[in-house]
Amino acid sequence: MIKHLGTAIRLLVIFMVLIAGVYSLTVTGLAQLLFPAQANGSLIRRHGQIIGARMIGQSFTGARWFDSRPSAASYDAAASAASNYGPTNPALLKEVKTNVATFLKDNPGVKVSQVPPSMVESSDSGLDPDISPAAAYLQAPRVARVNHMPLSAVRHIVAEHVRGRFLGLYGSPHVNVLEMNLSLLAWRHRHHV
Amino acid sequence: MTVAGVLGILVFVAVLIAMAKPVGLYLFAVYDQRRTFLDPVMRPVERGIYRLAGVREEKEMSWLEYFLALLAFNLVGFVVLYGFLRIQAALPFNPAHMKDLGPHLSFNTAVSFMTNTNWQAYGGESTMSYFSQTMLMVQQFLSPISGMAMILAFIRGLSRRNAHTLGNFWVDLTRTLLWVSLPISFIGAMVLVALGNPQNWGPYVTAHTLQGGTQSIAQGPVAMMNAIMQFGDNGGGFFNMNAGHPYETPNVASLMLQLILGFSIPVGLTYYFGKVVKDTRQGWTILGAMLAMFLTGTLVMYHAEAVGNPLLAHLGIHGANMEGKEVRFGPALSSLFETSTTAVSWGSTAAANDSLMPIGGLITLFNMMSGEVIIGAWGVGLLGMLAFAILAVFLAGLMVGRTPEYLGKKIQAFEVQMATLAMIVPTFVILGLSAWAVTSKGGLAGIYNPGPHGLSEVLYAFASGVGNNGSAFGGLDAASPFYIWTVGLAMLFGRFAMYIPALAIAGSLVQKQAVPESGGTFPTHGMLFGGLLIATVVIVGALVFFPALALGPLAEHFALWSGHVFGGGA
Repeated sequence: MIKHLGTAIRLLVIFMVLIAGVYSLTVTGLAQLLFPAQANGSLIRRHGQIIGARMIGQSFTGARWFDSRPSAASYDAAASAASNYGPTNPALLKEVKTNVATFLKDNPGVKVSQVPPSMVESSDSGLDPDISPAAAYLQAPRVARVNHMPLSAVRHIVAEHVRGRFLGLYGSPHVNVLEMNLSLLAWRHRHHV
Repeated sequence: MTVAGVLGILVFVAVLIAMAKPVGLYLFAVYDQRRTFLDPVMRPVERGIYRLAGVREEKEMSWLEYFLALLAFNLVGFVVLYGFLRIQAALPFNPAHMKDLGPHLSFNTAVSFMTNTNWQAYGGESTMSYFSQTMLMVQQFLSPISGMAMILAFIRGLSRRNAHTLGNFWVDLTRTLLWVSLPISFIGAMVLVALGNPQNWGPYVTAHTLQGGTQSIAQGPVAMMNAIMQFGDNGGGFFNMNAGHPYETPNVASLMLQLILGFSIPVGLTYYFGKVVKDTRQGWTILGAMLAMFLTGTLVMYHAEAVGNPLLAHLGIHGANMEGKEVRFGPALSSLFETSTTAVSWGSTAAANDSLMPIGGLITLFNMMSGEVIIGAWGVGLLGMLAFAILAVFLAGLMVGRTPEYLGKKIQAFEVQMATLAMIVPTFVILGLSAWAVTSKGGLAGIYNPGPHGLSEVLYAFASGVGNNGSAFGGLDAASPFYIWTVGLAMLFGRFAMYIPALAIAGSLVQKQAVPESGGTFPTHGMLFGGLLIATVVIVGALVFFPALALGPLAEHFALWSGHVFGGGA
């Protein structure tokens, strides 16, 4: 056993050099060289200021924006979290009831049966950047009204951002909320409204 | 359920079957010392390592010596990791100023990463410095290789005749690292960066959000860890929410890559096994039995999640259960990933298991409680399945009154005793610790969800610890002193209660003569044996958990559909 411990210590040191040293440095170096945008967090800048990361959801509560999903982490991207509510937990029912009421109040004319589950149930990461296309189209009339935009222009922005299933088989169609809201800003800037 | 959802799952299983042979052949080349394309680079490195470490390449080990070498390597790895976690504040690469970890959490975490469990009683981005993450990653490279070494030794025990040794642990370890873990992880990490994983060592970024707030965004060398986390079936994520976190899995393509990485070695090992025992039908039969159980579990979970929560339907919300799921994955892919993470025992999650429907949760529990043999992690999954195969031939032998044989080796009392031991100890630990948890103050205090779901949380924690899985029903307070120590012990038991009997079987089988195959030999390939193997897993392995499952997820399922909620409020 003593003999084995000696070999084990020597091998562990060598492997730490290979893994924490050679592997880490090679991956970091090549990543920074070949894919600097992704390697540094896919950050989006506007007027020189970092406004977020492309795939990290952020909170949108104002009526002029497309809403993100409910988040158990309050979109704190330094502490991702899920609600962990089980399906028979009364807290889940309470949360969903509140979220449904808010969504219906914010989007007059929408019926409860139209509301997609993902828009009133909280995400896994607490940082879900996406909503379903249906959830976006339901918000389009309100977004158009508040921003003084034609409904067709808002619906066009949604349609532009829809991403389908991977290989036609995997995942669900989705739209990135931050990117849609940036497009809203760009449209209004172009049309001076 | 949608056509695309079901079709996607079926296509995925077909891809797994197609992967088995090429991966298995590569492993055969690596371990049988045939030529591979990496030899010109790796062979000199390998020789250098042996010279530096004083390893004699040609010296073979008995089963006991092999086990002691493995134990020594795990022990040293544990001590070093524990030490680094205790003093991380004094170490470099800590831009977010993370504090030292306490003794309880350091013990739990070091055991967790040393045993290939990757149970995380902490949130990565709020606890660990980049230095600590890198040291965790070192164990993510090394701990799956312990499992791999076990299966190599076991298969040698089955295939060699009248021998006494099972190989050299140090050689198996080094060759796996150089020929398998490092090159594939390197490629995986680069593809993950291209798909959107960060790979930097900078401070957390403060963003000024569109609507005028601020958002602190954790950064780090995510890609390099993510690749081996999945490929090595480790499962310990860089971030708290792991594969659900959009920096680890920015898109569906990156989740598919992680799935493929996680399955590749365990699936390939079944072919490798058949190749070494010179009858590839043996490997295909094992893989067939595994995939039949995997596919069934995936479709059952997908159905439960797609139907959704009837209590929410009363509120007018119809459709799939999306609590704790990401929109880009949806119910079908989330179900595929959560079945995979518990079946292949990697343990990273892309959806919150605590928020699965009761039947979805039942599938995850079944996958772990049946012994992590439905695919399973590097080596240990196949090892567990071969232990079940030994029991299956023994049971078949009893039924027809023949001396049981497996692959030309007589299965006698010692082998059956050891295989039974490998099955009983984990069962006893899971149920015993769960019983303790639900009858003690410390255990009850850590439960998050009320009613039968709370019992599911506890069962899940110990099944995950013993199965060296690492995923959780995340509501449970894993950081409380009760669970930090009990789950820590469960992980140790799960690992070594499996290793010792398995190596003892190998040490016994390797010495035996080959019995020539005759008309009376019970064939251990084909549909009949595959069916018998599945029945053995379900009846011998999992049925003992039925009473506990009836009180947990099954009770919750029936309560849910009759409109019950548990606890106060609402």
